[in-house]
Amino acid sequence: MVLAIIVTGHTISRMLREPRAPAEFRRVSPRFWMARQTVIALVFAPLLGGALAVMAALGGGGWVLLPAGVAALAVLQWVIELGRYRTWGYAEREDDLIVRRGLMFRRVSVVPYGRMQLIDVTAGPVDRAFGLATVQLHTAAAATDARIPGLLRADADLLRDRLAAVGEAEATGL
Amino acid sequence: MSDAALPVGTSWRRLHPLSPLVRFARIVVGLIVVAVPTLEAARGGAAGRGRSLTTSLIVWAALLGLSMIGGVVSWLVTRWRIGDGDLQIETGLIRRQSIRIPLARIQAVDIVAPLLGRILGLAEVRVVSAGRGGEHGRLAYLTAAEATAARARLLALAHGLAAETPEPPAQPLAVVDNLRLVLALTLRAGIAVPLLLMIAAAVVLIVAPRAGAIVLSTCLPILFTSAVTIARTFNEEFEFSVSEAGDGLRLDRGLLQRRHETIPFGRIQALRVVQPLLWRPAGWLRLEVDVARQHGAQQSRDDPQRVARTLVPVAPRAEVLALLGRVFAEAGVEQPPGAKPPRRAMLKAPLSYHFLAAWHGARYACARTGRLQAATVVVPLHKVQSVRLKRGPVQRMLGLASVHVDTAGQRWQASMRCRDEGEAEAWLWDISAKARLARRHSSPGSRQRAAPPGVAGPVIA
Repeated sequence: MVLAIIVTGHTISRMLREPRAPAEFRRVSPRFWMARQTVIALVFAPLLGGALAVMAALGGGGWVLLPAGVAALAVLQWVIELGRYRTWGYAEREDDLIVRRGLMFRRVSVVPYGRMQLIDVTAGPVDRAFGLATVQLHTAAAATDARIPGLLRADADLLRDRLAAVGEAEATGL
Repeated sequence: MSDAALPVGTSWRRLHPLSPLVRFARIVVGLIVVAVPTLEAARGGAAGRGRSLTTSLIVWAALLGLSMIGGVVSWLVTRWRIGDGDLQIETGLIRRQSIRIPLARIQAVDIVAPLLGRILGLAEVRVVSAGRGGEHGRLAYLTAAEATAARARLLALAHGLAAETPEPPAQPLAVVDNLRLVLALTLRAGIAVPLLLMIAAAVVLIVAPRAGAIVLSTCLPILFTSAVTIARTFNEEFEFSVSEAGDGLRLDRGLLQRRHETIPFGRIQALRVVQPLLWRPAGWLRLEVDVARQHGAQQSRDDPQRVARTLVPVAPRAEVLALLGRVFAEAGVEQPPGAKPPRRAMLKAPLSYHFLAAWHGARYACARTGRLQAATVVVPLHKVQSVRLKRGPVQRMLGLASVHVDTAGQRWQASMRCRDEGEAEAWLWDISAKARLARRHSSPGSRQRAAPPGVAGPVIA
């Protein structure tokens, strides 16, 4: 029993361990978490309302499970999104940009400044409502997936300009 | 090579007068293929009425005639010249099109001779240029001698040499034996498995005719498609030879349609050594090449931007490794000790663990994967676009992680799967650092021609 607990604890701690990085990761804006929560609320509020309406219309004990299930899903989603929000991070090093993300599948991407071909700054409706933007980097490789969401609009523009400047200085193309 | 035949100055030249014939032979063949069954149907359906048959005959003949006329007109209005600084092609009757391909951006000049063209002594010159979207530099057709001369001149000018410089001599590296090619193609699983099934079916047929017939009839179509694939590959890779010239690798290949292609060294993003299961006893290997992605260009069969993908269709191990060494100097494809992932990776990748391996040196990163066929991808570190570390839930439970090394190629990346977690992290930083050094040291202009400005500069949104 004790052994099982130790093994499980060890496994969990191993799963939660973050990669050691030779640089400090910068987190995305806390407003990004507000934006994500807003999206969760916008998705789950009507669902929960519908479930409550069904329960009210049909009465009966068994139907209580429906809104309860929806609420449980919402909480689960909330927990997952919280975890995801906390894993986002980026670090600007001397020669490359490091982006970290993912809760279940943890990913760390290293993109040299000289390889950046295109830098996108996008902002969806929810992002705009919170004054946020996403910075996306493209290289000549299709597999490169460096995306940093949830930056303050001004920060995103600054980051883009900085990246563009170093990118130009170090451009090596293909 | 007569220089007088190709003045570089202002004189415009037509393509060869027989060009429309060759160019539209394909269309004619296509038309006949479509028309004959239709006509057959018309004759069968309208047993008594000869009229509909005549009408459709006239329609088809008219289509044929139109395409011929179209071809002649297109030949009449097409002219080309090598001006100062660019290759100029003007074409089109109604929609005039003027194509200018800057000589400095030319990456390769290929010569393709289709069957009919070879009979008539004609060949097509295809100009592969750097940049987005494909500028279609096709001169179809010139006489074989003209094509070689034009090619030599374009290459000389593209490299900033005097126009009269002859084509750099190519040093032969490998020639593929045709008999071995047939054997090797047959031994690839695509045909071997259906063939074995077929033999099994034949045996069953003798024992139990009913069941055997069913198995046989399901196998036949599979076998047929495999046979077609083999025939096509054989047609493409017949008389395959690789040679090395100053600007890149030269490939000569083809049974019906001969191709003379160049893969510029600078465009090579990665190489891959493949060994299909059934080649293992013979010790044969296949060497494939990955080149930079063309933005927005479709990789169609006739696309002049399309570049060969096979460097050597089949060759003994030593030969393949020697060629690999020519292209990527000092790339060690022998796995050093410690290249295998830890044993616990067997739980995550039970079917491919036996082949999994990865290692890297100062200039190259290598990763081997595969279940039945072993495939080793070799990526030169100065071509690395990004390095990624990935840990899935199962991998995290086992303390494993994968490292992917991306290039601008369109086919593979070096996937170092299921390494020990700590090792993978160390490699992530290590490979990034080494790639940075490799980029600094790979001087443009030596062997790697610098990409022209259009492709190189980052585009800022």
